[in-house]
Amino acid sequence: MAKKPDNGSGARTQLLDRELSGLDHLETALPSGPSRASRIWAAAWPKLLAIALVLIVWQLVVWSGWKPEYVLPGPRAVWDSFVENFSTNMDAAWTTLQRGFKGFAFALVIGTIVGALVARNRVLRSAIGSLITGLQTMPSVAWFPLAILLFQLGEGAIFFVVVLGAAPSIANGLISGIDHIQPILLRAGRVLGAKRWRAFRYVILPAALPSFVAGLKQGWAFAWRSLLAGELIVLIPGQFSLGQQLDANRQLADSAGVISVMIVILIIGILVDALLFGTAERKIRRRYGLVDTAAA
Amino acid sequence: MTRPQAVERPRVDEPAPDVPPPGVASGAPISLRAASKVFGHAGDAVPALDAVSLDVRSGEFVCLLGASGCGKSTLLNLVAGLDAPTAGAVEVAGRTTLMFQEAALFPWLTAQGNVELALKLQRVPKAKRRARVAELLRVVHLEGFERKLPHELSGGMRQRVQLARALAQGADILLMDEPFGALDAMTRDLLHDEIERLWREQGLTILFVTHNVREAVRLGDRVVLLSSRPGRVVAEFPVDIPRPRRIESHPVADLAATITDELREEVRRHGEEA
Repeated sequence: MAKKPDNGSGARTQLLDRELSGLDHLETALPSGPSRASRIWAAAWPKLLAIALVLIVWQLVVWSGWKPEYVLPGPRAVWDSFVENFSTNMDAAWTTLQRGFKGFAFALVIGTIVGALVARNRVLRSAIGSLITGLQTMPSVAWFPLAILLFQLGEGAIFFVVVLGAAPSIANGLISGIDHIQPILLRAGRVLGAKRWRAFRYVILPAALPSFVAGLKQGWAFAWRSLLAGELIVLIPGQFSLGQQLDANRQLADSAGVISVMIVILIIGILVDALLFGTAERKIRRRYGLVDTAAA
Repeated sequence: MTRPQAVERPRVDEPAPDVPPPGVASGAPISLRAASKVFGHAGDAVPALDAVSLDVRSGEFVCLLGASGCGKSTLLNLVAGLDAPTAGAVEVAGRTTLMFQEAALFPWLTAQGNVELALKLQRVPKAKRRARVAELLRVVHLEGFERKLPHELSGGMRQRVQLARALAQGADILLMDEPFGALDAMTRDLLHDEIERLWREQGLTILFVTHNVREAVRLGDRVVLLSSRPGRVVAEFPVDIPRPRRIESHPVADLAATITDELREEVRRHGEEA
């Protein structure tokens, strides 16, 4: 099929090669970013400053004598309690995290399947599209009375509410991701012969990924909230969990204990959000070219 | 409006047929017979193409030229099999692929990943894919940029990755929808040389849509002028200027001037109607 180029066109091809590569190198030289250490420091110092400010204000409130110290302990007393109860709190956190991940994993499966079906099917969308958004706005605590009637006071009730808390956000993230795919990418997929499952696997799902991950992040936040509410309401005898620890410390009127458990909850929330979803989001945005290199 | 339709095309996932499929009488790779396309329904129907007849010979480079609203993209969609004509017939003998104007690369895949996906979707076994990808990227002069993501490449390089991806489909008919419209003049010039070289070396049949008259004359064996709203073939210009051509040369400029006059005439008609 290929025609053999004569000598003249061979020389021109060589010339063209050189011109193209010259232009390519001129157009792809990018300046390198700041060093790793300076980036970490730039991200860290505002956070450290904020923590210091919170501690100072807290201590000032305690010193002002607004509440007696056994009701509102200062940072020092809470720190002591934190250290003292550390291993108990870690046991409790482990149980809670396991519940959270189990519920979230199940919500991930359900939310992805429902989201994919609703996004690709017009009838399903008009049937349950707004229902999913409705579920997302429904406070998960409102599910507990029904969950307890269905599953009694046990793991089942907590699991049920965690899944219901996370799944709608995950489904919605996927739906809006699919809705906002640029039509040209879908056309390109069709031209390349991607149909049905292969179109979904190789074009639609990756194109929707940034929004899907945003949905996961929000889903985790809802799951974590529902979980703690659940652990406060559904107390399973003989089991340590963060919710149960909160309740136990309150019954002992141990304010420092309550606050130290709250700090554990907060730290876990921040770590999962930043390390898991934040990192994933940043990597995806960079890969997809959604980061403005001039600003970053 | 229910005239018989005949849309003949091989499926994308079948190997390229050596003989044209039955039902293709003309023997031309692309043959449109009074093909019309109407969008919408009875009350607010908008005709996009009106009885367009066009034959493209094997190995021919045809440029389609027209002002806005001439249904250029609609025509390419019909030939690519992304859409069916409302009336008339579109016959395509061979494998087609379509190349777009703008960012049609998948942003989550590297240059090599984009090309490889085209092979994967044709079920080319993994062992063969890697070598083929490297070869295709070499053909478009992108060795060394295999692992770059689309946003890390320049506009001209992105279009060359698209070209490699199109070639990966093993198509012999290349449909191009204003592929160089968004590029700067320098890059466009080089890509004109590049596409001409690929056309010659790979024996492609090319249908190239553009609104740039000089580009059409620079590249085409034939320039087909379409009217606007609805699109209709109004004139054809054979381009007898010997290759290699330069976009700045006098023969190219002269013919481009003639065609531009015709094109303006066409646009003026719409002014009088309004």
